[in-house]
Amino acid sequence: MILSIATLAILTVMGIALMRAFLGPTLPDRILAVNMFGTKTVLLICITALVTDAGFLLDVAMVYALINFIGSIGALQYFERSAENGTNE
Amino acid sequence: MVEVLQTIVAPVLLLAGCFFCFAGGVGVLRFPEFFTRMHASGVSDTLGAGLVIVALMLLSMNFNEVIKLALILAFILITSPTSSHALAKTAVRAGVLPKVAPEIASEITPEVELDKEEHSSDGGGPSKFS
Repeated sequence: MILSIATLAILTVMGIALMRAFLGPTLPDRILAVNMFGTKTVLLICITALVTDAGFLLDVAMVYALINFIGSIGALQYFERSAENGTNE
Repeated sequence: MVEVLQTIVAPVLLLAGCFFCFAGGVGVLRFPEFFTRMHASGVSDTLGAGLVIVALMLLSMNFNEVIKLALILAFILITSPTSSHALAKTAVRAGVLPKVAPEIASEITPEVELDKEEHSSDGGGPSKFS
């Protein structure tokens, strides 16, 4: 019961983050929204692991957290290099 | 003792974490410009995720799962402020400046241009996230 309420709240926040990722006027806004979406996905996978009693999903969540961080840093570095060359926006 | 933890403390922590996540989401959607949005996301991500994961640890009470959840919590606590910092630095370098305090922006701007000259002179070799 309490876990379903938490799932609903996290899904709502994921929808809001996607909305910001589509709306966002600048590229850092979109990267911020995608990063937030990834953090909420980690929480959702953890809740799913507890609800379905599938312990391996926690490994998936751990790898997802790391991939989220590395992807965010990679996108930022690509954006910074293209901004230095004057090819953004 | 365990009963009290699982029936009272864990739901309170879980609902508090969901409240912080939701507040961060509303902030990201409604705040007027990039740096205020980054404040909402960066503050609420760490606290909300931390509370939710601690509540899940209390609900699980299985040794393997508690250890894995603690590792996930440690990863999030390390990586979330780091990526917020990198995001702010990249946005300032790329020319996205705060609108709420233009005097701070005018203080930042010459430094940014000086940084850009340094980086264009060295040809963009090693990583700039020092």
